[in-house]
Amino acid sequence: MLKDITIGQHFPGNSLVHLMDPRLKIIITICYIVVLFMAANPLGIALSILLLLSLYLVAKIPLKMIGKSLKPILPIILFTCVLNLFFVVGEGEPLFQFWIFTVYAKGVQYAVLMAVRVLALIAGTSLLTYTTSPIILTDAIERLLAPFAKLHLPVHELAMMMSIALRFIPTLIEETDKIMNAQKARGAMLDNGSLKQRVMALVPVLIPLFISAFRRADELAMAMECRCYHGGEGRTRLKVLRMTRRDLVCGLVSLAVLGVILSTRFFVPGLQ
Amino acid sequence: MSAMIQIEHLTYVYNPGMPDATTALDDVSFEIEEGQFVGIIGSTGSGKSTLITHFNGLHRPTSGRVLVDGTDLWEKPEKIRDFRFKVGLVFQYPEYQLFEETCYKDIAYGPKNMGLDPQEIDRRVRQAAGFVGLSPQLLERNPFELSGGQKRRVAIAGVLAMEPKVLVLDEPAAGLDPEGRDTILGAVKAYHKATGITVVLVSHSMEDIARYADKVLVMDQRKLALYDDVDKVFAQAPRLLELGLSVPQITKIFLRLKELGLDIDTDVYTMPYAVNTLREALEKRKGEAKC
Repeated sequence: MLKDITIGQHFPGNSLVHLMDPRLKIIITICYIVVLFMAANPLGIALSILLLLSLYLVAKIPLKMIGKSLKPILPIILFTCVLNLFFVVGEGEPLFQFWIFTVYAKGVQYAVLMAVRVLALIAGTSLLTYTTSPIILTDAIERLLAPFAKLHLPVHELAMMMSIALRFIPTLIEETDKIMNAQKARGAMLDNGSLKQRVMALVPVLIPLFISAFRRADELAMAMECRCYHGGEGRTRLKVLRMTRRDLVCGLVSLAVLGVILSTRFFVPGLQ
Repeated sequence: MSAMIQIEHLTYVYNPGMPDATTALDDVSFEIEEGQFVGIIGSTGSGKSTLITHFNGLHRPTSGRVLVDGTDLWEKPEKIRDFRFKVGLVFQYPEYQLFEETCYKDIAYGPKNMGLDPQEIDRRVRQAAGFVGLSPQLLERNPFELSGGQKRRVAIAGVLAMEPKVLVLDEPAAGLDPEGRDTILGAVKAYHKATGITVVLVSHSMEDIARYADKVLVMDQRKLALYDDVDKVFAQAPRLLELGLSVPQITKIFLRLKELGLDIDTDVYTMPYAVNTLREALEKRKGEAKC
């Protein structure tokens, strides 16, 4: 079950999407999210999804992976759907009513719109992590946030913490898997039993996991100190990010497409 | 003797249907008889660890069957827990799975899950601790205060306390000093002798397998390469070397002696036998020299 988690998973490749400057990719992803929430009409949303799918095709990421990245958040989406469905108060006649629930046509619209938006949002940000290795990604974030260092924001430290965290996600997942197996071998009931039983069964997994996480942190800190790590000041990089002409062209094209999608809200009647 | 573990055409694929699907076991079949001490060797990634997690149903075969004591593990998946108690599995570096405040409580975790009454649990915990050489005073200590070797013995006792019919150990001596290694493997051997249960030992060390096991199973590239009595497998030293495995150092010496022209048997893998063989060969040679 832990293998379903795809956060931070990376599919190496050398497509146009993979090779694009990560800083640009982050900016475009942010613009995409903004457009997704500003384009309040079906056409705009449909176009954004189309754009996303074509980018997946260009990146040669199997479309199956979209489904895989969406699976863990389905409960959240269902929850927001239900909330929207029942609590949005529209004008005119309600669609139907029972007990304390009243469903308006507007509620249904909202629910669907919200669900599609969140799905597209997760699929879009997943594309970013699928095509960019975590190390490069944090590198890009550090560079993008660099101006804030002047305001005494510990940009380098934040980026370092992030890359360490991302680096250890797969390790910890593997570790959890191992410990779960070891406790299952001693008869732990992790997959069945009542809710209380299952929660109690997690204690023998979480304690060893925390202990090993602390041990790893300690060892890593020691290893970093042994290599004279002393923070970001004066640190040079192995790979220096360079914006090429191709990056600029790709970036401009993507932003133009997003602009067109955004502009549909002026031509097509919105839902809000 | 009846077969305790039967593996029939076992194939296991990680992430089937995904782009990163990898075959971990490819059509493996063998039987382990009751009361035997079987060693499993193979280079890293040969499928040893995946194989043993099939013995107690932690992994479900992609195809093929696993039978323990004559029953198919996956006939009734809801009963799989019974097999976890029947086949006790000690993972690599088992000390990382300790979680209780005292060693006693940690060893009691397995028996408790079995639903035994407190007296029986107490008896089992003390007995298991005795087998691995943990003193009663240690039982009340916090496991995180102990040394690495002691922690590992606590973890192994935790599995022994379930009194399984089959004991499977994955590299129980990894990362220990020679003394700790002998203590643990000696305890396992003593337990095997005392209870007569079936033991499966995964190890990288040919010396350990030669010393403790009756039969050896050699895994290579996700397939079963060899499975036979210890002496018969080590007699095929060239084949083992071909598989990227070493033979016991003592066997290597005898192979080299033969290469240098000494007329000597090379199916030697333990020290006492080596001494005898060498003496015989030398006497024979002395006799020849006299003539």
